[in-house]
Amino acid sequence: MSKNIVVLDYGSGNIRSAQKSLQHVGANVVISNDFQTCLDADGLVIPGVGAFAACIDGIRNVRGLEIVDKRLAGSRFVLGICVGMQIMFENGLEHGVKTQGLQQWPGDVTQIDATILPHMGWNNIEVSQGSRLFDGVAEEKFYFVHSFAAKNLDLVGTEKIDPPLKHYTTHGERFLSSVENGPLSATQFHPEKSGEAGLQLLANWLGCV
Amino acid sequence: MPLATRIIPCLDVDNGRVVKGINFKNLVDAGDPVQLAKMYAEQGADEITFLDISASRDNKETMLDVVRKTADAVFIPLTVGGGIKSVADVDYLLRAGADKISINTSAINNPDLINEISNRFGSQVLVISIDARRTSEKYATSGFEVTTHGGTKSCGLDALAWTIEAVQRGAGEVLLNSMDKDGTKDGFDLELIEIIRSKVSVPLIASGGAGKVSDFYPAVKAGANALLAASVFHFQDIKIEDVKKELQANNVEIRSQI
Repeated sequence: MSKNIVVLDYGSGNIRSAQKSLQHVGANVVISNDFQTCLDADGLVIPGVGAFAACIDGIRNVRGLEIVDKRLAGSRFVLGICVGMQIMFENGLEHGVKTQGLQQWPGDVTQIDATILPHMGWNNIEVSQGSRLFDGVAEEKFYFVHSFAAKNLDLVGTEKIDPPLKHYTTHGERFLSSVENGPLSATQFHPEKSGEAGLQLLANWLGCV
Repeated sequence: MPLATRIIPCLDVDNGRVVKGINFKNLVDAGDPVQLAKMYAEQGADEITFLDISASRDNKETMLDVVRKTADAVFIPLTVGGGIKSVADVDYLLRAGADKISINTSAINNPDLINEISNRFGSQVLVISIDARRTSEKYATSGFEVTTHGGTKSCGLDALAWTIEAVQRGAGEVLLNSMDKDGTKDGFDLELIEIIRSKVSVPLIASGGAGKVSDFYPAVKAGANALLAASVFHFQDIKIEDVKKELQANNVEIRSQI
């Protein structure tokens, strides 16, 4: 049976592609910011482009923090994409301004130290062992467009919860390009724009939810 | 460096159909944009660029429809340029499924538009497209000036100074079109690429002059992060796959197809 996926609509960029790519791999997808619809979905995708602060404003306007908290508390899957990944961290530091994130993960999002920014184009991922998200596509390149990123995630596991799987990419410096942490996954790159590799990753995620 | 050099086919779209002529004159119909974009994605294009060259701006819906249909079927980045004059134009295109938009003449006429677009949507959506050509005019201290109308009109601006200003105002990428080389199939304008690269730290797409597979590597060496071409791809003179093989043979990182 097809999974019901909601792409969270909070006024951020090109969300049509997220919807269409998930439909392409077999999901029923609606774009919505209705509180209950977002809670009821099998999986919630949080896209995001542009400034961290603007995305957080948009998320707050649709009670996104509450939606994410409630979903994760019930082990219901959430996938953050690009700035949708960044906002899961404690803070974003852009242009000298510190903005509080959704604080699901410790650590700050800062500018990448690289000669050429934005980091734009197709890059490799150092995939950690045991990844479900990258099953079959660990050697592929994915499409990035960003200048900021989390550099690491200091989160240990407990008896009941496995430690997060962390995947890295290097552009100037090494940064966190994807995380799998129980029901919360995120990618700094755009799977919906990463051709066949991206579609496979989305199909893998659908297989988890 | 694992970040791949991108190969970008550009489709000139007039009233919903793909066309491309020599130096933007003598247009020849070369097909349906959605099908062409899909074909290029399958052939290994790393991005697709649509340039809307429709003379009439009355029916913007035609282009939006092309963008929608393409974004629904092709899951690689899509850039759209041509006739974008306002933040509202950008908003419509992004909602239709474009990932980036490129502006050229409208930014020259109204440089604040660059700030407005990047403030609203982020600099990563905004490509500043610059039609540059050689000149001995004094104002062009880099030796290159900015032109409009397919290279026929001078703007009285130095190409390097304008590129730097556009990036400072918020452009996240530069599409550098050599009007001296466009349509010549004589190779990219290496001198122009080197001059712009030396002062600009956003990604640089080189365009104009691609004629054969061996033309691409010198442009990468000169500093291009991505290479854009139109007619040589449309008329199957060269294949994207062969360009990538040539780059790979020169130790340039490329993306292979699954």
